[in-house]
Amino acid sequence: MEFIAAALNYLLGIPILGWGTEVGFVYKAVLFLLALLIFTAYILLADRKIWAAVQVRRGPNVVGPFGLLQSFADLLKFVFKEPVIPASSDKVVFFIAPLVTSVLALSAWVVIPINPGWALANINVGILYIFAISSLGVYGIIMAGWASNSKYAFLGALRSAAQMVSYEVSIGFVIITVLLCVGSLNLTDIVNAQYEMGLAHVLGVPWLTFLNWFWLPLFPMFVIFFISALAETNRPPFDLPEAESELVAGFMVEYSSTPYLLFMLGEYISIQLMCAMTVILFMGGWAAPVDLPPFTWIPGVIWFILKLCLVFFMFAMVKAFVPRYRYDQLMRIGWKTFLPISLIMVVVVAGILQYTGWGWHGGTM
Amino acid sequence: MTLALFFFYLFSIVVVASAFMVIASRNPVHSVLFLILTFVNAAGLFMLAGAEFLALILIVVYVGAVAVLFLFVTMMLDVDFASLRTGMLQYAPIGVVIGGILFLELLLVGGSYLMAPTISGAPVVPIDQTIDNTRALGQVIYTRYVFLFQGAGAVLLVAMVGAIVLTLQHKPNVKRQDALKQSTRTRTEATELVKVKTGQGL
Repeated sequence: MEFIAAALNYLLGIPILGWGTEVGFVYKAVLFLLALLIFTAYILLADRKIWAAVQVRRGPNVVGPFGLLQSFADLLKFVFKEPVIPASSDKVVFFIAPLVTSVLALSAWVVIPINPGWALANINVGILYIFAISSLGVYGIIMAGWASNSKYAFLGALRSAAQMVSYEVSIGFVIITVLLCVGSLNLTDIVNAQYEMGLAHVLGVPWLTFLNWFWLPLFPMFVIFFISALAETNRPPFDLPEAESELVAGFMVEYSSTPYLLFMLGEYISIQLMCAMTVILFMGGWAAPVDLPPFTWIPGVIWFILKLCLVFFMFAMVKAFVPRYRYDQLMRIGWKTFLPISLIMVVVVAGILQYTGWGWHGGTM
Repeated sequence: MTLALFFFYLFSIVVVASAFMVIASRNPVHSVLFLILTFVNAAGLFMLAGAEFLALILIVVYVGAVAVLFLFVTMMLDVDFASLRTGMLQYAPIGVVIGGILFLELLLVGGSYLMAPTISGAPVVPIDQTIDNTRALGQVIYTRYVFLFQGAGAVLLVAMVGAIVLTLQHKPNVKRQDALKQSTRTRTEATELVKVKTGQGL
């Protein structure tokens, strides 16, 4: 009984019905999930609109004013279509694959602090958790490719697995350099470190917060992280797993209706996750760019979302005007350019931090 | 406490069940997928023991990298699933013997710890309870065990170099791409402007 009471108290806040000292975890999670999904709908629309604008088209503009309800119309359409199951597929794995993709993409968001104290789970190894979850993301794609029992799907899955495993290495090294500067694996600490120390403090103008952020001192790593994030989320120009001119739609060929929707959802949510990671690691999280009144009046959430949108705008622009890479070029960049550069940068950054005593040291010094 | 106990039993049951399914399932790809499920739940057990760093590293290294390659190889295998089952009874006695030995050893280790906790001796490195376990692990690995740790890394590096040396082949007559040469090529050395008289051709 004690166990049920403890669980209910934690999850639902039953003894106080969610009002009072503790709000149940489930309410917070559901609220966050809803906000995230609605935001995803508009990110998707923004992606299509930006893509259209670059190509001098109008993009979706029929459903709702300026096409604002287009994503919801798409949702309804996907949900009401009939899922087609290939006869020779492995049916269980076929349906688990999209679930794995979307659930993993959503579960990584639990540690993202979009405002001080707003992370659903403020765990000590937050960044490692995100890294672990994103390294699991490849399973959805491999399982989909294999279970479809189709040549194109399988080739797409193989490409994607190799690509994601390769770029995870350079993402790992980029994260390590940031961790060396911060001295903590906690995401909230990483944001705080960028507020409390950095170039602006060294230069004697601590109110210029945007100089503090890691994008400036770690600029090469920022660029590598951005490009690796594109590759990790299978965004163009690295969308080889679904290269429609070669593989029709890659691992998603055999999917239709809701399972396909789950793949798209997982993809866009992990794209937003990568944008959020860029914001947290390199652009100061929720901090205002200038620590002076007109900017500090705006709450941190707004700053976080604005920065996230900026990074996503860059993602969308890259999709719109960079042609797709060839597979061997992709592998060459990953292993022969990014890996050596990031390895050298880890050593250089560690050396500089060791000999100058800079860095945040987990906030303990 | 009961909540932790509940999760302990949940994870343990899933670990044992999926470990059994690894050897019981007919399709090798399903076996690997069950193996991954086992890894993930074992990470959950680590997490319950308070070793969150080890838990996540287990997922990153084993599930995120090793098992992916494992799955890769298994998917590419062109095997007849029916023929895989034929030798089952033939190998069963050996499996039972090995399993029995492992089980006895586990029983001995666990039993001796239960009966006489002092027999294993005090921990070599005392654990500082005030710091988180990532920091504690780093302080031990990079001070007391730094040479062993680096040595383990070197062994892995040698293994990787060995694997590359075994598989790398330089065939003659294969055209290789030189990215630097390609991207430093200018228009003048790549193209030639020819004025062709009408009706004559080149």
